[in-house]
Amino acid sequence: MKNTKYKNLRFVFLLSFSMAVFYSCERDFSDDVEFATFSTTADVFTDSPVGLGSNFYFPFINSKATAFRVDNEVGFESEASIRIDVPNANDPEGSFAGAIFRIDGAGRDLTGYDALTFYAKASRGVVIGEIGFGQDFEGNRFQVTRNGVTLSTDWVKYIIPIPDPSKLIEERGMLWFSAGTDETAGFGYTFWMDEVRFERLGNIAQPRPAILNGADLAQEGFLGIPITIQGLTQTFNLGSGENVTLTAKPSYFDFASTNVDVARANELGVVSVVGTGEATITASLANVAATGSLALNVSRAFDFAPTPPQRNPSDVISIFSEAYANVGVDYFNGFFIPDGQTTQGGAPPLDLNGDRVINYTQLNFVGIGFFNDVAPINATAMETLHVDIKVNEAVAPSDFIRLQLLNSVGNNETSGEFTINGDALTADEWVSFDIPLSDFAGLTDRSQLGLLFFITDSTISDIFVDNIYFYR
Amino acid sequence: MKNFIKNNIEKRMTVPALMMVLLLVVCGCETDEDQTVATLTNLVLSEEFDSDGAPNPAVWGYDIGRGPNGDGWGNQELQYYTDRSDNVEVQNGVLLITARQESFEGASYTSARLLTKDLFEQKFGRFEARIRLPYGQGIWPAFWMLGADIDENPWPAAGEIDIMEYRGQEPTVLVGSVHGPGYSGGDAISKEFILENDRFDTGFHIFGIEWGPDYVNFYVDDFLYNRITPEDVTGPWVFDKPFFILMNLAVGGSFVGAPNTETEFPQTMLVDYVRVYN
Repeated sequence: MKNTKYKNLRFVFLLSFSMAVFYSCERDFSDDVEFATFSTTADVFTDSPVGLGSNFYFPFINSKATAFRVDNEVGFESEASIRIDVPNANDPEGSFAGAIFRIDGAGRDLTGYDALTFYAKASRGVVIGEIGFGQDFEGNRFQVTRNGVTLSTDWVKYIIPIPDPSKLIEERGMLWFSAGTDETAGFGYTFWMDEVRFERLGNIAQPRPAILNGADLAQEGFLGIPITIQGLTQTFNLGSGENVTLTAKPSYFDFASTNVDVARANELGVVSVVGTGEATITASLANVAATGSLALNVSRAFDFAPTPPQRNPSDVISIFSEAYANVGVDYFNGFFIPDGQTTQGGAPPLDLNGDRVINYTQLNFVGIGFFNDVAPINATAMETLHVDIKVNEAVAPSDFIRLQLLNSVGNNETSGEFTINGDALTADEWVSFDIPLSDFAGLTDRSQLGLLFFITDSTISDIFVDNIYFYR
Repeated sequence: MKNFIKNNIEKRMTVPALMMVLLLVVCGCETDEDQTVATLTNLVLSEEFDSDGAPNPAVWGYDIGRGPNGDGWGNQELQYYTDRSDNVEVQNGVLLITARQESFEGASYTSARLLTKDLFEQKFGRFEARIRLPYGQGIWPAFWMLGADIDENPWPAAGEIDIMEYRGQEPTVLVGSVHGPGYSGGDAISKEFILENDRFDTGFHIFGIEWGPDYVNFYVDDFLYNRITPEDVTGPWVFDKPFFILMNLAVGGSFVGAPNTETEFPQTMLVDYVRVYN
């Protein structure tokens, strides 16, 4: 009996052990599922915010923080909606309305949806600058923007497709908007949004992603100077037949390089230039090839202009330099095409990891303007014009770069010129010029300077320009 | 513990949802049975497009050009129809009818129109094709039929059955119609079918009719969406004689309007099969 009992006990022990094993297996599995799954709640705002927690509203800097409230009298087939009172441009509390609605807590799994949808109307017909989702103020990795959303005075349903839902396994940025008064002459207005939710519409199709706005660019790359891929969009055809183009963050895209030993792009769309040679950067979004590419030819590190010395701010008026605070400039290339200009470049200047340099090509003449939308420069107290120039080609003694300054452009205009002769320039090397303003013969008044021309009459066609400033 | 509770709640919630799905399925079956989508199962023509190259010349001929009067086949269509492989070709088990934007014989677009005239015709039966449609403003694909006596008995007296017409700018909307004397063109007897939560240019769909004495039933996939009888037409019933089949992809024309800058080219209509039963 004793023995039998013992055996039974062993058996029971074994049985319970095996049960425990099975049990723990199940536990493990359900725990795994729990960890990998976030809320799939679709609604963002119905008659009140849904599942956003208490601290979900974050206005943009310089926007009017009180622009948002829940309107309990207006709604789409209801009596509540999101109400945004866009302030007048001169409102001391903020010149526009803009904010994110971010879940106060864990994000949602949006992989089962294909669009954010909502109903909206406004107190007048108006174009809202930006509405989207995916902005969380913590990297905004999956931010999506529908630009220029036209609202009318009656409720209309709007659709903002998700560029690639499979990316949104835990998203906190449920909604964001930015609305100003550029189109309403500075006067404020109100708009309402209701029934804001993610949906699986099933009829959003024909994806056509693009990088660089679909352009195939070819340019020189420089060792160690990263390049950020811009112009990232995703276009869909909605069930209505309407095409909608969204601005999408780089993290929706997969970038590829034809030669990773020369250049490679990361998930933030930043191309690192790591070696000499040629490489082309392309991208795809959800396995659909994007139009647009960036072909880089890398042969050297960039040779930057000498860094200007420190000066007392009152002794400098800078037009283009990283060393000093710059005044406002209308343009770095006026494109005076009707006057026979061939010059390209400067629109905008090259941005080499934050250090800007102007590269003029096909140069015959080009003007830098600072008189249209900005105040002209009063250089009466200044004595000298500084400019650094590197000629990217052979220079003959008969070549020249003539600088011309115009005062009071188009209204009792006066001007003066100074010519840099070819023998003062060196091919492929930066040369610094410090030209006394008194050497600009004919420039009798420099209190309203508005234009600086570089004129070569095509004797020199490819130059870098940097550090353009007046000083004393 | 919290996790477990949540799991249980979710499980409980799924039970009623599942029951509803079951109920829906049951309802769907009943509707289908009421509809009798298609009854004819004796296959008499089966074009499966399984051989790469040109489609079977024993069944398919071509209309070439811009129509007998050079007016875009009576509809102000903009394409020039060819039988080039650029416009019509079988690849990987699918017939591709491709509309291209190119300057050709004075037209700005090329495409193709296939027809079984003098090669295959039939009175009554079940005619269906499995097609993935193209999309975009001004894109006009069609799978349709004309009375085989059209040369002696000109349109609209010959009769026309449009099994599938579609505007590329309305990618969820199918149009099925009949035309005859007194009810042709804009006065055709017509019905739209709107695909919910889906569209016709992202997957294959079956477009068909089942046609017998005094009726034409129109269906898409397994859904019967219209039935036209002599009582519905505003003229003589002419659907009591052999008809032949046409498939084409038009660009522009009165039904859809011209393409615009957002219309992507090329656009391709993919035909998996054409089957006829009696």
